[in-house]
Amino acid sequence: MTPPLNAADTAWMLVATALVLLMTPALGFFYGGLVRGKNALNVLMMSFVSLGISGVTWALLGYSLAFAPGTPFVGGLSRAFLAGVGLQAEGTIPHVLYMVYQGTFAIITVALISGAIVERMRFTAYLLFLPLWVLFVYSPVAHWVWGGGFLAKMGALDFAGGTVVHINAAAAAFVAARVLGQRRDYARLAILPHNVPFTLLGAGLLWFGWFGFNAGSANGANASAALAFTNTLLAPAATLTAWTILDIYRSGRATAVGAATGIVVGLVAITPAAGFVSPISALAIGAIAAFPSYFAILWRSRTSLDDSLDVVAAHGLGGTVGALLTGVFAEKAWNGTTNGLLFGNPQQLAIQAVAVLVAILFSAFSTYVLLRVVSFAVRLRVNRRDEGTGLDVSQHGEEAYTTGEGAVLVLDYSPSGSSAAPLAEGGHA
Amino acid sequence: MKLVVAVVRTDRVNKVLEALFRADIRGLTITRVQGHGGELEKVETYRGTTVKMELSEKVRIEIGVSDHFVEPTVKAILGSARTGDVGDGKIFVLPVEKVWRIRTGEEDQAAVTPLFPAAEENGGER
Repeated sequence: MTPPLNAADTAWMLVATALVLLMTPALGFFYGGLVRGKNALNVLMMSFVSLGISGVTWALLGYSLAFAPGTPFVGGLSRAFLAGVGLQAEGTIPHVLYMVYQGTFAIITVALISGAIVERMRFTAYLLFLPLWVLFVYSPVAHWVWGGGFLAKMGALDFAGGTVVHINAAAAAFVAARVLGQRRDYARLAILPHNVPFTLLGAGLLWFGWFGFNAGSANGANASAALAFTNTLLAPAATLTAWTILDIYRSGRATAVGAATGIVVGLVAITPAAGFVSPISALAIGAIAAFPSYFAILWRSRTSLDDSLDVVAAHGLGGTVGALLTGVFAEKAWNGTTNGLLFGNPQQLAIQAVAVLVAILFSAFSTYVLLRVVSFAVRLRVNRRDEGTGLDVSQHGEEAYTTGEGAVLVLDYSPSGSSAAPLAEGGHA
Repeated sequence: MKLVVAVVRTDRVNKVLEALFRADIRGLTITRVQGHGGELEKVETYRGTTVKMELSEKVRIEIGVSDHFVEPTVKAILGSARTGDVGDGKIFVLPVEKVWRIRTGEEDQAAVTPLFPAAEENGGER
């Protein structure tokens, strides 16, 4: 009864999986360039470490909670520890490949949150937060939409994860920024990006990887993948164009950080719609999505919310606009199943709105609880001194840009040893 | 005239500058330097190589001031550069033999006097 494996589908999904995996290091560079040099490694590590921890968590339990048969709200445990996840076909590709493709989504989603809490969160606290969030927030929401849960049954459209990935991560980011509080320098000192080329590099690699994210979500090498692929090129192109025009109109200059941000907003916005809308609609979605995020970023920096790298404005607003516009622009002629508001099905917009709202509420509440739980085990923030010195040295014992001057080789260092003793506390006038 | 030389933490520089500008001290030069002031040693590990970083990044601020400006200058730096931990830096006040302002050729006291009020020759640009 199981459909046979399809070689073309399998080949494309192998490539798509690698593409999506690349997005997480890319995100690290996108975020890493936007922070101060003394925290560059820490921010890169917040993305990189997710490749490890979220990947392991996904294989052991996360995949089962998301995709095993279960209740409308969470999957069961029948796929725990990859039980029954073998070489047999899931759709038209091997089940292991499907599992690992979905794993790359879990990895990047939780890493997205880190943008709201950079330059102040203790790394050990972040390490504890990662697997908890994957299991208790990401997996259930993925189940609702893609694992046969209640949002899927309601008919909510989310092609590649506008709700599951971006809105979900952004709601968590908002809460995390609030729970951790502002950086000490926030709104007191100018905090500038230390390497804008990194940020552009990251945005470029994110775009590249996003072809796997969106076109891979067709789960095969087919027409739907081609449509999603096309839209993944066109929508961010429109957002980048609109963003550049907004920049020039507002300040007379097109900024590079703005361009990188615009690309990401466009990618986020087309994610839920990628395989459901026409290419011309993708252009419209991309262009429209630029506006709320652009002005939200300007406004946010004057508020008390230290969502440091604007996860809420880029992923939350971009994702929400994309999810809602999916309900507007969806077109049966292109997706074969569902029409949106513009094509005579206004109800779809309402369904989309409900899905967005449910995801926001669940993610925000659960993230709050998880952070509180983590805070019982370990302090969430680094201390004042370490925040001043930078998290690279205090959390990782490395520096991103060290000259090596003044470095004395230690041949018998023991981490628990006397290294904390100040050389000269008194006497040194 | 005196030359006030302060060595401060890199992450306090903006605070110090802000305090100095508030105190109407505007002529200054900063340099990125490395120094050792008895702070906690930083231990870093790169693969198998463990090193103690004996030098820390600091910023040196040099300010030429007339005598009665020494105290407000020092106070501004003390108040803004202090974190209370070892490694906050030092302030030195040095005598100055002679000063010229290159643009005008003014000497000594006139050369270190800030341009008050509001930069008369700039057409009120400030």
